Amino acid sequence: MEFASVSLGHYLVVAALLFVIGVAGIFFNRKNILIVLMSIELMLLAVNLNFIAFSHYLGDIHGQVFVFFILTVAAAESAIGLAIIIGAFRAKKSINVDDWRAFHG
Amino acid sequence: MFEFESIVFYFFAFLTLSAALGVILVSNPIYAALFLVLAFVASAGIWLLLYAEFLAMVLVLVYVGAVMVLFLFVLMMLDINIDTLREGFWRYLPFAVIIAVLFAAEIILVLTNPKFTSVVGDASAALTDDNTRALGSVLYTEYLYPFELASVLLLVAIVAAVALTLRRRINTRYINPATQVQTKPTDRVRLVSVTKESPLQFSSPSNDKKGKTSCPD
Repeated sequence: MEFASVSLGHYLVVAALLFVIGVAGIFFNRKNILIVLMSIELMLLAVNLNFIAFSHYLGDIHGQVFVFFILTVAAAESAIGLAIIIGAFRAKKSINVDDWRAFHG
Repeated sequence: MFEFESIVFYFFAFLTLSAALGVILVSNPIYAALFLVLAFVASAGIWLLLYAEFLAMVLVLVYVGAVMVLFLFVLMMLDINIDTLREGFWRYLPFAVIIAVLFAAEIILVLTNPKFTSVVGDASAALTDDNTRALGSVLYTEYLYPFELASVLLLVAIVAAVALTLRRRINTRYINPATQVQTKPTDRVRLVSVTKESPLQFSSPSNDKKGKTSCPD
């Protein structure tokens, strides 16, 4: 893998680093549920980048269709996640995960 | 030397990764959301390099335009105490860095292995013309059923989001739609036939029992 011309490996390395940053973000900001949700979005973005890179280099459109569906599901997920956060904030007046221990079953 | 394509690639890749680092490292959640917007826009640039124009535009329009605006709405609506949320940051930092470095090293070791990349050939010339048409022709034929399921999923998400955030207030006045629909014209309007002669005659039987009222004219 040389640096001068871009190949599939370059895109995969960028996606891998993006995914790892998302994973690390969940560990860093364990108490702030909003940043955790944003880290999940970053990981989904990395997965989408992988799909599109493979779709391009394999000459197969089906990878892009998959990205289309992932975007749909991710939008629904973040909408419902934010709705849950609003509901929990109303109950506890805080978005700190440690204050939400009472929600255990 | 460097081609134009690789310069654009390195620019957008650097922008995406530094914005992603900004998302997880800044203390203010609003700055984190704005960094996430930057990461999305920069990776839309990378997707354009891969000839996925339609998805790049969808990423900017739907993700930056709708989902991130929703994030910012929620962030500004909630009264967030930033200091308590940052408490464990330095305690978890070494642990998270070790995991991230191990994870990244493993993935990159696999990806840079020549055995891995030689399996995937370069067929990138196949999809260079009219990405939107190619995507649509597959999406509305082969993936029609999953496409309809995705729309049902979005409908379920709308209903769930409204149901989760709906708050019934106690002291509000409201009209019950069921009783509003069930009402009849006779409940609202009573038609009275009035004769011209005095004394005035009421046609309704209920008023007759109270006695005739007369008004001098």
